[in-house]
Amino acid sequence: MNDMTPTREQREAKLEGMGCKRKRVEDIRFTQGKGNYVDDVKLPGMLHGDFVRSPHAHARVKKIDDTEALKVPGVLAVITAETLKTVNLAWMPTLAGDVQMVLADGKVLFQNQEVAFVVATDRYAADDGINKVVVEYEPLPPLIDPFKAMDKDAPVLREDLAGKTTGAHGPRKHHNHIFEWTVGDKDLTDAAFRKAEVTFKEMISYHRTHPSPLETCQCVCSFDKIRGELTIWGTFQAPHVIRTVVALIAKLPEQKIHVISPDIGGGFGNKVGAYPGYICAAVASIVTGKPVKWVEDRIENLTATSFARDYHMTTEIASTKEGKVTGLRVHVLADHGAFDACADPSKWPAGFFNIVTGSYDFPTAHLSVDGIYTNKAPGGVAYRCSFRVTEAAYCIERAMDILAQKLGMDPAELRLKNFIKPEQFPYHSALGWEYDSGDYATAMKKAMETVKYSELRKEQSALREAFKRGETREIMGVGVSFFTEIVGAGPSKNCDILGIAMFDSCEIRLHPTGAGIARVGSKSQGQGHETTWAQIIATEIGIPADDIMVEEGNTDTAPYGLGTYGSRSTPVAGAAIAMAARKIKAKAQMIAAYKLEVHEDDLEWDIDGFRVKGLPEKTMSMKDICWAAYNSVPPGMEPGLEAVSYYDPPNMTYPFGAYICVMNIDVDTGVYKVRRFYALDDCGTRINPMIIEGQVHGGLTEAFAIAMGQEIRYDADGNVVTGSFMDFFMPTAVETPHWETDFTVTPSPHHPIGAKGVGESPNVGGVPAFSNAVNDAFSFLGSTHIQMPHDYWRNWKAAKDLGAVA
Amino acid sequence: MPKTHITMKVNGAEVEGLVESRTLLVHFIRENLAMTGTHIGCETTHCGACTVDIDGMSVKSCTMFAVQAQGSDITTIEGMANADGSLSALQEGFRMMHGLQCGFCTPGMIMRAHRLLKENPQPTEDEVRMGISGNICRCTGYQNIVKAIQYAAAKINGVEFREAAE
Repeated sequence: MNDMTPTREQREAKLEGMGCKRKRVEDIRFTQGKGNYVDDVKLPGMLHGDFVRSPHAHARVKKIDDTEALKVPGVLAVITAETLKTVNLAWMPTLAGDVQMVLADGKVLFQNQEVAFVVATDRYAADDGINKVVVEYEPLPPLIDPFKAMDKDAPVLREDLAGKTTGAHGPRKHHNHIFEWTVGDKDLTDAAFRKAEVTFKEMISYHRTHPSPLETCQCVCSFDKIRGELTIWGTFQAPHVIRTVVALIAKLPEQKIHVISPDIGGGFGNKVGAYPGYICAAVASIVTGKPVKWVEDRIENLTATSFARDYHMTTEIASTKEGKVTGLRVHVLADHGAFDACADPSKWPAGFFNIVTGSYDFPTAHLSVDGIYTNKAPGGVAYRCSFRVTEAAYCIERAMDILAQKLGMDPAELRLKNFIKPEQFPYHSALGWEYDSGDYATAMKKAMETVKYSELRKEQSALREAFKRGETREIMGVGVSFFTEIVGAGPSKNCDILGIAMFDSCEIRLHPTGAGIARVGSKSQGQGHETTWAQIIATEIGIPADDIMVEEGNTDTAPYGLGTYGSRSTPVAGAAIAMAARKIKAKAQMIAAYKLEVHEDDLEWDIDGFRVKGLPEKTMSMKDICWAAYNSVPPGMEPGLEAVSYYDPPNMTYPFGAYICVMNIDVDTGVYKVRRFYALDDCGTRINPMIIEGQVHGGLTEAFAIAMGQEIRYDADGNVVTGSFMDFFMPTAVETPHWETDFTVTPSPHHPIGAKGVGESPNVGGVPAFSNAVNDAFSFLGSTHIQMPHDYWRNWKAAKDLGAVA
Repeated sequence: MPKTHITMKVNGAEVEGLVESRTLLVHFIRENLAMTGTHIGCETTHCGACTVDIDGMSVKSCTMFAVQAQGSDITTIEGMANADGSLSALQEGFRMMHGLQCGFCTPGMIMRAHRLLKENPQPTEDEVRMGISGNICRCTGYQNIVKAIQYAAAKINGVEFREAAE
């Protein structure tokens, strides 16, 4: 070998494969303003559509008069439910098995509901038109309080469901009831509570909030009458699903529908659902024969498309005096708003909320969820979490703290005592999941050592004494959270969306020069798939990541995939990528064997190619194999080097983590200061540590927002009072704490590369860490549970209610 | 609606257009000039995605009429790369420090950071945080944006960039 021969380390480094902090390829265009987002799509003759929306939360629509609107210069059409009825699209199916009005049909059921769609030559003219549409309403009593939804005399919201005693998920108990979902062994759990030495019951609410990506929901629809083809550019986290939904409801042949998700400015669950804007823009394009753009503004985004959470969780734990948990009982009142438009796998009306036993070895548990209608916007999307997992994690993590308080135990010690042990994996939970792998105690102890947990507790005790002596007005909380996520939906045996199994897919084509393209069924909204997917391929087949182009989001070119949400991309699409790469590698091995004139079994893989066992100088690089694939394959073999994989995961993956938040609160003002936030995540194999860290930072910031103030709040009349960034807490760089990240690695045993997914973990674990810190701070004053969000005013109010403020 | 003829300099080039008096500057830039790097995130001046540089000031272009920009000198994200087309220190800093994810806030964030570094060539972390507090990012949690801006400051000042320990 001469000096020019690269070392193994150099060959490895050149690949920029898994584990490498590869810089993102997306950033070249994004930093120069050359991304291509939906609102950047501009077609010749394009029209703009915008909505007339309801000012009322609940009202009968008596009359819609568009006479004056149609006289406005530039206004071409006003579409109402009556128009849509002619094409049978006044209502649309939801992902949750309900139906939803596309435009108000007889009544409106939430403030800012879509009433009419004005189509005009530009966005200003459309807005002028909206102001001239006259809608006559007859206000009806609004139902806002979810706890009154099933009162006998509660107003009837959904007249379309009159007489329907069964919904998509079983019997309905009341005219405002959607479903009841139960899991677990009720008798065994009731018995555990009867026998328990210690129990408690607490109503833990997780307030309504909103994912609010910086880019709102939008689309451009263009119908070509001659070809009969509809092209839709949209902010879709799941473009293939949108194509199938459009085919089913608009009765268009699926091959004539082209859905394109270009660059997406954040999703966080907001862009999973199908919204009236998409339907109206498509219909408007079909009617006018011109492309139609619909772009939501921020107020519309916050008030009409897809809220998150709104779970009211009555929680009970049974335990021994020593703090060994023996049973868990949870009842959830789930406020779904006016239509059940939850974006969950179809068979899961409360998502995967049955992960609520968390990281603990509960011998028995029982869960029941009642979904109800109110006069609020529909949605119920997973805001940076797997389906309803954040609610579940918050519920159990808050409950464990309450139990610790009741037992007089340290909350970290209580968790350590009840963790599922490493030797118990695969672990079958009382509510039906099979956890794949975990080493919880190691993670928890590492977190506690890093933050010097016991010293923090000593400091807290001293401060509490000083507070009682009147020497300080500050109180201190240490918030501990240990979460287990369930992500990677999902196995076809239990996960589908409208009947389509939740697999994902990848197609890799390698070109003669040793470069290639990978097309994937997922869709990045900022996760950096163009960077990380190439890293998986680089490690698997030895082609440098820089030589692999990754493409997503075009349903004509990408293989069918179920999209990106619920941290499913790495667990499902990531697996498909590895499996497609392995198919290529298998063929490459046959080609290499043929060219090197040895048996396949005599070859072994070595970083970026094959070498003959025992003869390390006899090698063939993948780059050379690519060339050979196009001119000298073994007799009988098809030329070319490409593969497709559709991956149906055998199980979900179960990332976990230990988070600790240290916070001081001034009782006289309620002002808090996050002194330290430490987040240890175990997401199994780490593909790109830089991107993981970035995702954790972002998720923690969203968790911080939610726990400390971000809320979609309604007044008693059903007016949204937090409908803009003025009122809806959106932390800036000033409020956002400094984040410390750490990790352990417990690979998933069933995933081809052992990866588990991470994007949503920090939101799942972060919210309870913040809330537990606040609750921990106040606990010595006599409180057991203070509801989120913990903004300054509520903190001050808590202090006042507890007698700490005059 | 009557239209007004306006002229201004954008990224060094003289441009003109006919706009309604109510046309927002951000729409003039995006629709008339077809420069779509400047984004719209809220239309209420809160998010900063539409930030551009006008006559030496950071301005949220969703809250200014195009006619108000008559005769001004504007820089947008499209004018931020080096003359040879390579990434400027700020653009490079955002990439090297992973200061962006979905990229939607990035143009506004870079435009604000550009002016911030003119106002304060070597800002501390707190000064950066305060300096970009008119710009919202939903993805990054800001920590790496702060590093990206400090990376650029160091590069512009010709000093070695040292990442603060976590």
